[in-house]
Amino acid sequence: MGLENTLFDSLPDVVTVKLDAVINWARKSSIWPATFGLACCAIEMMGTASSRQDISRFGAETFRASPRQADCMIVSGRVSRKMAPVLRRIYDQMPEPKWVISMGACATSGGVFDNYAIVQGVDKIVPVDIYIPGCPPRPEMLVHAITMLQDKIMKESVKDRHDTFEAESRESMVPGTLPVTEGTALELETEIEVAEGETSRPYTVPSRHERRRSS
Amino acid sequence: MTEQLLGFVDQLTNKNSEWVTVVTEALGEITIFTPRESIYDICDFLKKELGFDMLADLCGVDRGPEEDPRFEVNYHVFGTKHHLRLRLKVLLSDDDPKVESVTTVWRTADWHERETYDLLGVIFENHPDLRRILLPSDFDGHALRKDYPLRGYEPYSMN
Repeated sequence: MGLENTLFDSLPDVVTVKLDAVINWARKSSIWPATFGLACCAIEMMGTASSRQDISRFGAETFRASPRQADCMIVSGRVSRKMAPVLRRIYDQMPEPKWVISMGACATSGGVFDNYAIVQGVDKIVPVDIYIPGCPPRPEMLVHAITMLQDKIMKESVKDRHDTFEAESRESMVPGTLPVTEGTALELETEIEVAEGETSRPYTVPSRHERRRSS
Repeated sequence: MTEQLLGFVDQLTNKNSEWVTVVTEALGEITIFTPRESIYDICDFLKKELGFDMLADLCGVDRGPEEDPRFEVNYHVFGTKHHLRLRLKVLLSDDDPKVESVTTVWRTADWHERETYDLLGVIFENHPDLRRILLPSDFDGHALRKDYPLRGYEPYSMN
């Protein structure tokens, strides 16, 4: 009837393309971001997903609550030092291929929070593909970042990607967490006392992070 | 309202004259300064005899490294029956910032005292589980002290 009739008439039954082109096209057309909001930028991220800006036009509207189903992590907001190991863990749980968008001034550089509590740029923890400036960025800027990411994905090759969990193929800090120092003297004392059974700590279940540190 | 509170203060002084060192009244609020040795007893008395059954807040103050005494611990207590509020203050010196824990009086003091320890380094004796609560467990120093550098100490800092 329309264009496709003439198109299919003139085309052969088998179409050959580069494998990279097909796979990258499939990947870029359905970027599934992880639901991971950290601060006020997350509000803009939600706004981007809602009807007015509607990132489903670019195939990126399916926010997954599980990192194992997500392709893209939008770091929306300031990353506190205590959140940093969690963020890295979520990144490690995401299957390849995966991309990271650093959204806003705080995630990119620490922003106005130049202090002991905030990580000065999320690129110290995970490798970042696209940085968005702004405080917070407009939803249009996030849409622009996603289209930029799509352009970047189209330039990739399948050969370049393998699982980074075992070996860090992309530039980043060592997986795991942050530089770990010894606890304060009192904490060490308590640790020893607890180990010797002298004191008991009620409702104390050490987190995995803490357990790893003590072992 | 203030009269009733001052009545409570009188009851405290009658019970033990060493418990109350200074009483100040401002804007209808009563603040009692108390020596740190008696904080547990006074809190116990306030809860059991005077009906202050709720610890609304417990927080620390760093008045600056040049001040002596340097630290304050404030106890804001509230009675759910008589709806009155009272503030207790304990002053602590820099070299020995220790005070008795009141967790056995009000259970809610547990996390408040952990927070005060975490951010200011005030040590609460006989606390069941005095660990950091807000800062990462490997944090160096106490962040809300006035002499703590804003960007943190160097080996920990990632700047």
